[in-house]
Amino acid sequence: MIDTAEMLRTFHPYRGNAIVVPGRGGRHWVGISKLPNRDAPLGDPSMGGHASFALGLALARPNEKVVVFDSEGDLMMSLGVLATVAEQRPKNFYHFLLDNECYATTGGQPVPNAKNVHYDALARGAGYPAAYAYDNLESFAINVERILAGEGPVFVALKVTPEVNNTPIGQRKKWQTRRPVEALGDLRRELGIAG
Amino acid sequence: MAESAAHLSPTTVLAEMKKHGVTHVVWLPDSETNFLYVLMKAEPSLTLVAVAREGLAFSTAAGLATGGKTPIILIQNTGLMESGDSLRGWGLGLNIPVVLMIGYRGWTRHGVTTDTAAVYTERFLNAFGINYYLVESDADAARISVAFDEAKKNKRPVAVLVGDEYHGFNK
Repeated sequence: MIDTAEMLRTFHPYRGNAIVVPGRGGRHWVGISKLPNRDAPLGDPSMGGHASFALGLALARPNEKVVVFDSEGDLMMSLGVLATVAEQRPKNFYHFLLDNECYATTGGQPVPNAKNVHYDALARGAGYPAAYAYDNLESFAINVERILAGEGPVFVALKVTPEVNNTPIGQRKKWQTRRPVEALGDLRRELGIAG
Repeated sequence: MAESAAHLSPTTVLAEMKKHGVTHVVWLPDSETNFLYVLMKAEPSLTLVAVAREGLAFSTAAGLATGGKTPIILIQNTGLMESGDSLRGWGLGLNIPVVLMIGYRGWTRHGVTTDTAAVYTERFLNAFGINYYLVESDADAARISVAFDEAKKNKRPVAVLVGDEYHGFNK
């Protein structure tokens, strides 16, 4: 199992100028990123949509690398996105999956068939030209630079340690420093998009 | 009135898309839109992004719009109802200016509606506070423009209900 914060710190030096959709890694990423205006820390607008949101960004900005940190609970809700990504084949799309085998934000209940789903195989089967899986930080650290230097779309499944939260949602400390709409406004300005 | 004028032509729908600078059609086909599909596919200014479940259309469109493009969502009313939480979170929650062209399955005009897909369509849109315009023929095409203008002005989704699903698109 990989610690999500450590993984994100390991990824960070290779980020370059990429747009990052941190998904459920957002709580850690906001303290690591040095380019907040190129981040889209949206929290959880609606479960299952992070990858397709990032796909939309990648299609809209083909000259920008787009990195998304999806989660297995989100992906389970929207497996069809794998086929859509594979069909569109965006060369600038880097799809990382944080697989903690559970719904951590609701108390840690397991996702369906939690320990036996091979998400890299699902991505490959859907048509991704490249898919990898790592369950330890060392292997990820050795390969992340090469993965990001190559062409997308690429899928990287990461077994991460669950960070189970049992605090009632209304009592949880907000990690967001900006409202999602503000973050997207900052990103659009950073990309030189009017309006 | 000539018979052809009573239908909504796919050519008219495509012309409205081009008029408003649509770049990407995020869609899940329904059985009556094949003619429109053929036209869209042949149109070099459009990229078709096929999704496998309608809720994904909203998050995909949100990404496209954030990246400076002009998506349109083309789905059926059945899929719209499936997509409630995505419409809420990715569409309304992120202020995404996008037109939803919704195939109005079951629409009859006369009120004797047996298809529950039609029964709940407008109730669903009203529940989410989504404004909508009904188009049944080419004569209604200006309403599509109204929807585009309104979405852009108010930065929120606006729906166009395509009430000619079983005629014009299927010719």
